[in-house]
Amino acid sequence: MKKTVSYYPGCALKTGAKGLESSALASMKQLGVTLEEIPDWNCCGVVHSLCEDDLIHHVAPVRNLIRARQQGSDTLVTICAMCYNTLARANLMMRTNPEKRDKLNRFMQEEPDYHGEVEVNHLLTFLAREVGQEKIQSKVKVPLSDLSISPYYGCMLTRPREIAIESRRKFSLLTDLLQSLGATVKYFPAADRCCSSYQSVNDPRIAEEATEFILKTATNVGVEALAVCCPLCEFNLKYQQKVLLKRGRLHTPVPIYYFSHVVAVSFGLNPDLNLFEMDDAAIDLLTRKGFKKDTKIVKKGDEAS
Amino acid sequence: MTIRFEPEDNPHPFFEQMELLCGDDFYKCYQCGSCASSCPMTEHMEASPRKIMHLVRFGLGEKLAQLNTFWVCATCLCCQVNCPRGIDVARVMEALRTRTLRQKKDYLEPSRQRIAPVSEYPQIALVGAFRKLAC
Ligand code: SF4
Ligand code: SF4
Repeated sequence: MKKTVSYYPGCALKTGAKGLESSALASMKQLGVTLEEIPDWNCCGVVHSLCEDDLIHHVAPVRNLIRARQQGSDTLVTICAMCYNTLARANLMMRTNPEKRDKLNRFMQEEPDYHGEVEVNHLLTFLAREVGQEKIQSKVKVPLSDLSISPYYGCMLTRPREIAIESRRKFSLLTDLLQSLGATVKYFPAADRCCSSYQSVNDPRIAEEATEFILKTATNVGVEALAVCCPLCEFNLKYQQKVLLKRGRLHTPVPIYYFSHVVAVSFGLNPDLNLFEMDDAAIDLLTRKGFKKDTKIVKKGDEAS
Repeated sequence: MTIRFEPEDNPHPFFEQMELLCGDDFYKCYQCGSCASSCPMTEHMEASPRKIMHLVRFGLGEKLAQLNTFWVCATCLCCQVNCPRGIDVARVMEALRTRTLRQKKDYLEPSRQRIAPVSEYPQIALVGAFRKLAC
């Protein structure tokens, strides 16, 4: 099976979260899927504007959807959860709200009219629908047996309902993926609890308490590590974790991985293609479990050799 | 926290503005408190989302403008998916933010102290925060 599909990376995956992109692209290549970046994309706007009269902020995501359409695609894949939410909600608006759609189309005179023709998929949905567990299992070189890792979805993949990647509180897409890699997946009840999102820029106490709840729930139910899909969740859970450990409010570290890191590790991928950016706790856990021997993992900040 | 309030003069300009920004669903609220019980940020809020809905229905715009609730809201949409009346409470929060922001008043000052140096934040944190909390 060879497949090419339109792909929207977003800003974070080109800067701080490079490892999320590189490991995802390399793993998809193993599976025979090429994610083709849409040309001339722009920031999705990060958050969906909720006010009725605030149309100008929808121009950014809609413009990206038009780029995908121009590439001749009927599906646009994203990896970042925030991009997914913003693009999927803007797309839904273009499908279901003729008044706003017409206004936006008229405003973007130089672009072709858009009516929501493209389907926005998160990579997890695409993997389950178009690739399938069997194919994924066939590529596993280093089964992650012995590793207890659970999905953390956050808000953006699960709410609002209309664009949720699956029905509420199931988390089965990522659970199935991790199980295909041989990992033990315990149900993690805080998987859709808010990590404090952009509030971490506003007030550290909010971020500390939000992440404390999530990380303590993980240690309480015996989850060793969490697999995340969003660069902001990753940042909040990692940055605050250091603070919480230092202050003694959390006793055991809970390593945070991008879901694509875990896939790449289990596919035994070449680190020259993948600059796996992981922190010490994440590398430690993989080393202790003996998964590192087949995969050279580079620490964040180190040069790829 | 008990909130005491006095009726304000003519609430109609407030109602008109809110309806324009977030529709008129807020009149449907029957104060069940599902929004507040599902909100992960209530302990940082001066009034819970339920109380906010109450004040909105009374048209107490000035009182609302003094509360921090909608500034510590993280737009996680827990309230929205849990409201049995189908009210998008997060949208009401956005409307309340917008009332202040459109008067050219920022809540988040770029110079204010943060947990990490600016360069360590992913852009999505900064863009999200400044879009929601500054004009
Ligand atoms: S959940 Fe809905 S109906 Fe209940 S108090 Fe909140 S806004 Fe009102
Ligand atoms: S969207 Fe805001 S008000 Fe609603 S539950 Fe989340 S933090 Fe609370």
